Amino acid sequence: MAFYRSHVLVCVDPECLAKGAHEIVDALQDEFVAQGLIDEIQVLETSRIGGCSDGPEMMVYPEGVHYHGMTADDIPFLVEEHFLKGRIVERFREVVKPVVDEELGPLRPKEVRIVLRNCGEIDPNNIEDYLATDGYQALGKALFEMTPDTVIDEVINSGLRGRGGAGFPAGKKWMITRQVDDSPKYMVCNADEGDPGAFMNRRVLEGDPHSVIEGMIIGAYAVGASYGYIYCRAEYPVAVETLNIAIKQAREFGFLGNNILGTDFNFDLEVRVGAGAFVCGEETALMASIMGKRGEPSPRPPFPSVKGVWGKPTNNNNVETYSNVPQIILKGAPWYASMGTERSKGTKTFAIGGNVVKPGLIEVPMGITLREIIFEVAGGIKDGKKYKAVQTGGPMGGCLTEKHLDLPLDYEALTQAGSMMGSGGLVVMDENSCMVDIARFFMDFTQAESCGKCTPCRVGTRRILELLQKICDGKGQDGDIEKLENLCYEVARNSLCGLGQGAPNPVLSTLKHFRHEYEAHIYEKRCPAKVCRPLIRYEIQAPTCTGCMVCARNCPVEAISGERRQAHHIDAETCIRCGICMQVCNFNAIAVES
Amino acid sequence: MTVPTIDQNVASVVQAAIEKHGRDRDAMIPVLSEINRVFGYVPREAIREVRKQLHDPARQVHIAESQLYTLTSFYDMLSTKPRGRHVIKFCENAPCHVVGGKAIWDGLREKLGLENGETTPDNKWTLVTTSCLGLCSVGPVVLIDDDMYGNVTPEQISEILERYE
Repeated sequence: MAFYRSHVLVCVDPECLAKGAHEIVDALQDEFVAQGLIDEIQVLETSRIGGCSDGPEMMVYPEGVHYHGMTADDIPFLVEEHFLKGRIVERFREVVKPVVDEELGPLRPKEVRIVLRNCGEIDPNNIEDYLATDGYQALGKALFEMTPDTVIDEVINSGLRGRGGAGFPAGKKWMITRQVDDSPKYMVCNADEGDPGAFMNRRVLEGDPHSVIEGMIIGAYAVGASYGYIYCRAEYPVAVETLNIAIKQAREFGFLGNNILGTDFNFDLEVRVGAGAFVCGEETALMASIMGKRGEPSPRPPFPSVKGVWGKPTNNNNVETYSNVPQIILKGAPWYASMGTERSKGTKTFAIGGNVVKPGLIEVPMGITLREIIFEVAGGIKDGKKYKAVQTGGPMGGCLTEKHLDLPLDYEALTQAGSMMGSGGLVVMDENSCMVDIARFFMDFTQAESCGKCTPCRVGTRRILELLQKICDGKGQDGDIEKLENLCYEVARNSLCGLGQGAPNPVLSTLKHFRHEYEAHIYEKRCPAKVCRPLIRYEIQAPTCTGCMVCARNCPVEAISGERRQAHHIDAETCIRCGICMQVCNFNAIAVES
Repeated sequence: MTVPTIDQNVASVVQAAIEKHGRDRDAMIPVLSEINRVFGYVPREAIREVRKQLHDPARQVHIAESQLYTLTSFYDMLSTKPRGRHVIKFCENAPCHVVGGKAIWDGLREKLGLENGETTPDNKWTLVTTSCLGLCSVGPVVLIDDDMYGNVTPEQISEILERYE
């Protein structure tokens, strides 16, 4: 075996790839060849190091120096300094975080990692790494020490509920599938994580694929399934590749295939890749897509547990649900159930984004409050602004306000407040967000993603969007709010699947908590957050304006007039409200009014 | 500038796709995805060819052209219309939107003179929006063919586009 004096690990997460990680790898290789170091230093690709938002990043061992933010052009300099002269290049070195930021280190305060425990810690493409962290021990325990019934009991007692959003008890679903007298039975893993801003499952699939596979095998043993599908969206090519490698390795080690671990239990699985359709995250649409059809939902019942893929009993859970299972089997139901509220147990992963100091991926115990999540785990609101609302549950969820901040994270509590747990997207909004605009934004998404099979959703979402657009454009009329409410009620009540049933939620929740903003748009022709373009105007503050003419020169429609060194004026008729003048003004002399 | 044409090898591309993914109904999405990858879209000729090659009276499985077309028109990643040599996919979702995505979108539209779904006359570029790519912590995100670009700023647009022939 070759001996290297030094190893360079370059992060090739999609986020770092997006910032040129492959170019860094190539540049390093080229430079090591050029400098005659290629036999001494090995360049390796690794998954997440920990600071992808500042990527590309790399670690140099044995020194343990963490570099980030360099480009391929910087590599010759870096190689010369670090590897030839032995000097650390401080410019690219990950700075030691000041005390305030230290709390937001890799494991944030109040975080508990079960699903994400291995992400970034192990090599996802090497099954032996997973085996070294208790991997596949739970499968052994289930096959040799437990019966399918005791496995199901354990999962029921743990209180694990479906992490895809609906929150149906996982163990109960397994029991129903087990009790159906039909064969063969199938396992399906929903990895069609389509909610904008939600990427929890992607991290698990890319960072710890075997935890999902092991969970599916244990589930298959419990329900009596012989074959499984992981339906992964095509937008996640790295996850698909990682899964395929993991499945191949699991087969080689005898965890998949015939006579698993020498028993008479047979189970195998494959990855099915979507082709770009948000609605395929709905379970009946997903199964239609697996069978090679248009991903359109069908009415339930019959539920997939009774009649699913190929008309056979099918157990369908999502990535996060399955990946909890091995730990539950290994550590026992009481351990898992010790976390959370009365009806919601364990942990939940979230992708928290929007106007927070520290966005990203988190895993928190159920029962934690929204206040703790936003202000402690995510570091509070950016730029010292005021918290306004948080959107939970993705495009089918709702907006929760200040008064909901002390709600515990719990399926029922969130539903009662007019939102839902959802799959785990959290978009935090500050005082500068217009809630009508947010509702329009989400409706724009659902309207485009409606598959068109049922009329209430196909036509209803479009009509809701048109009304919202009208209000944002300042053309709202008396009665529009009532029309919206009516439409929302009908669409929610009559749509075929969860997409249409949930589509009105962002509108209904913002109407409930921010009705005054709708009214301001309609009756006062005013956008209180100063977001909706037709309702705002840019004004130059005469006392502050120095008459430097920068705004006038940059205005694309020549709406700004005035003499040099004298206060300028914006003609509201000509102004297209592009905001360029405000961006270029060096004296903060331009204000938005509504 | 050569305009991509459907050359004589439609039959061989279809054959290769079927050999790789199978002849069953549930293999049709992967088969069409493969064809889409080669040609940039799914030509009508290819749909006809798939139907022809799958026709097998002995197996009593018949897949109609309409069934293949309906799949192609349903899924966003399959295109019924020809696309440019390079496809720019812009993420239009909320997390990218709040970190300045709109300026990038406007910049791309202006630079290329295209609206969503359009192709330049020289067949070099097609501009489309995409569903969330899950790269939200480095938004705004632009995907050109298989290359991902994160934290894109309006100033970078020209430089990124120049990398493509």
